[in-house]
Amino acid sequence: MGSTINLWKLTKSALFYLLVAVIVVIAVFPFYYAIITSFKSGTDLFRISYWPTSFDFSNYREVLFSPGGQFPRNFLNSVFVASLTVILALFLAVTASFALSRVRFRGRSLLLMTILAVSMFPQIAVLAGLFELIRFLGIYNTPWALIFSYTIFTLPFTVWVLTTFMRDLPVEIEEAAIVDGATPWVIITRVFMPLMWPALVTTGLLAFISAWNEFLFALTFTSSNATRTVPVAIGLLSGGSRFEIPWGLIMAASVIVTVPLVVLVLVFQRKIVSGLTAGGVKG
Amino acid sequence: MAAIELRNVRKSFGAVNVIKGVDLDVRKGEFMVFVGPSGCGKSTLLRLISGLEEITSGDMLFDGQRVNDLAPSKRGIAMVFQSYALYPHMTVYENMAFGLTLEKGKDKEEIRRRVERAADMLQIRQYLDRLPKQLSGGQRQRVAIGRAITRDPKVFLFDEPLSNLDAALRVATRIEIAKLHEEMDNVTMIYVTHDQVEAMTLADRICVLRDGLVEQVGTPMELYENPNSVFVAGFIGSPKMNFISGDKAAAYGAETVGVRGEHITIVPENGTWSGKVIHTENLGADSYVYLEMGTEEPVVVRLDGVNTYKSGDVVQISPMADKIHRFDSAGKPMR
Repeated sequence: MGSTINLWKLTKSALFYLLVAVIVVIAVFPFYYAIITSFKSGTDLFRISYWPTSFDFSNYREVLFSPGGQFPRNFLNSVFVASLTVILALFLAVTASFALSRVRFRGRSLLLMTILAVSMFPQIAVLAGLFELIRFLGIYNTPWALIFSYTIFTLPFTVWVLTTFMRDLPVEIEEAAIVDGATPWVIITRVFMPLMWPALVTTGLLAFISAWNEFLFALTFTSSNATRTVPVAIGLLSGGSRFEIPWGLIMAASVIVTVPLVVLVLVFQRKIVSGLTAGGVKG
Repeated sequence: MAAIELRNVRKSFGAVNVIKGVDLDVRKGEFMVFVGPSGCGKSTLLRLISGLEEITSGDMLFDGQRVNDLAPSKRGIAMVFQSYALYPHMTVYENMAFGLTLEKGKDKEEIRRRVERAADMLQIRQYLDRLPKQLSGGQRQRVAIGRAITRDPKVFLFDEPLSNLDAALRVATRIEIAKLHEEMDNVTMIYVTHDQVEAMTLADRICVLRDGLVEQVGTPMELYENPNSVFVAGFIGSPKMNFISGDKAAAYGAETVGVRGEHITIVPENGTWSGKVIHTENLGADSYVYLEMGTEEPVVVRLDGVNTYKSGDVVQISPMADKIHRFDSAGKPMR
C-alpha cells in the first residue's frame, strides 16, 4: 500500500518538473539559440545544432567596430531615446496622477476613463496622424520624434498605475504636510515620491523596455541610419548582397541590445517585486 | 495664543449640510473639547478651523482677523491626527523638523534646538534617529504631538488622538496631554473626541455637538450639573443618566425626569420607586445595580463599595430631591 502511494507521489512530482522543464525550454530557447548563433560564422550558421559548437567573436567585432558601421551610434540613440522617454513620462505621470488622485475637479473620472481608452488604440491606427503631427512640429528624423511618440504611448499606462498607487497613500500624511506648510510641489517631491519608489521603478522600467524594443514608430519616423534606434537598425542590417541575410551579425546585435535590459531588471529586481505587491503604506 | 471666533459657520459637501450654522467663541489659552456622537460634525468643525476644509458660509476669526481664506500653514496652527500621519520615510527628527525646514531663513541650529526641546518635553529624545515603523503606537503618537509642538503653534488641534491606542496607553497619554496644556498655558487647544471621559477630564470647556449644531457649551461641571437638554444630559456622565417618563415623571410635573445613577439611593422602605434587580456589576471601588422598573432602558444605581444584591431582588429606591432634572416634551430643562 505504502509503496503505491510513494510511486504515485513520485510520478506526480516527476510530471510537475517535466512541465516546468517544458515551459522553461520554450521560454528560453529563442534567446539561447540567438546566443549560440551569434558565436558562429561562415557556413556554420546554416548547420542546425543545439549545443554551442564554436566561440567566435568575429560577429561581435564586426557589429561594434567595423569601419562605417553605425551600430554603436544606433545603440546610443536607443539609450538616449529610452532614457529621456522614461524621465519625461515619469515627470508628467507623477504630476498628473497627483492631480487625478488628490485634487477634486469636475470630470475627473471621465478624464481617467479617457486616458485608459486612449491606450487601447493600436499603434498602426494613429501612425498616419502622428506622422503628420511630427512633420508639422519639424522633428521628423530626429530622436525627438521617437521620444514624443513613445511618451504619448507610455503615459496612459504610467498615469493609470501611479494614480491608483497614489490614491492608496493615506490622506492624513498629505494633510499633515499641508499643515506643515508644504506646497503641492513639495508634497509630491519630498513626501510622495519617496513613498512611491517601487511604483516609479516598476512603471519606469516597463516604459524603458517598451521604448527600447519599439519598432514601428522607429521605422516610420526616422529615415537616416544615424538617427535609427537599435531594433530598426537590426531589422535593416544587410549583408554583402541583397540575397544574403547576415544572421551572425543580427544575432550578435540582438544579444548586445538585450544585455542592458537584463542588467536593469537585475538591478531593480527587488524593487519590482515589492512594487507589484505593495498596497498601502502604513504611517 | 489666539482667541477663535466662529460666526454662523456652515459647511456642506454637495447637497449634504454637515455644519449648520455654528456660533462659538474659544478663549485664549483655553482647552476646548468638541464632543458628540459620530457623524455630528465635530471632526469637520476642527478641519474648518485648521483650514483643511473650506467654509461654505459664515466667518472664522483668529484674534479678530478673518482667516476664512488663509492657508492652514499661515494660521499658526498645528494638528495631531488620529492615525499619527507621520512621514514613513523620514526619521523622527526629520518628521519633527519638516515644517521648519520648509520655512525660509531658518538656520539648522535653531531647528535642532526646537526639535530637541519638543523631544525632551515628550521624552522621545532617544528615538530621534528611528523611523516611525520602529516605534510603538504610543511612541508614534508622542512623535506626532512633538511634531506639532516644534511648530510653536498658537492653536493646537487634536483629532481623536487617543482612539488608536489601547486602554492603558490612552489614560497615560491623556495625562500627558493634560500636562502639556499646563506647560503651554499660552496655547489655545481644541480637542475632538467621542469619549466623554476624555472630554470631562481634559477640558476647560466642552462643546457638545449634535447634527452639525452646538447643543451646549460650558465647563464640565456646568454640563454635568445643568445640562441644557436631554441629549447633553444623556451624553455627559458615566454611567448614563437614567430617564424616566410617563406617570412617574408626571408626578414631578415633567414629561421626562432624569436622575444620575450616583444620585439614587436604595432605601429599606417607603422608596419613591421600586424595581427588580436584573444585573449587577462590581468594580471594587463602586458598583452598579441595574433595575427593571418599566422604563425603556434599565435604571442604573451607582453604589459605593461592593454590593450584595442578586438578580430577582426587589428593592426600593429614592432619587435625591435636589438632583432631579426635569425636562419638558421638547427635551428642554424646566427650572
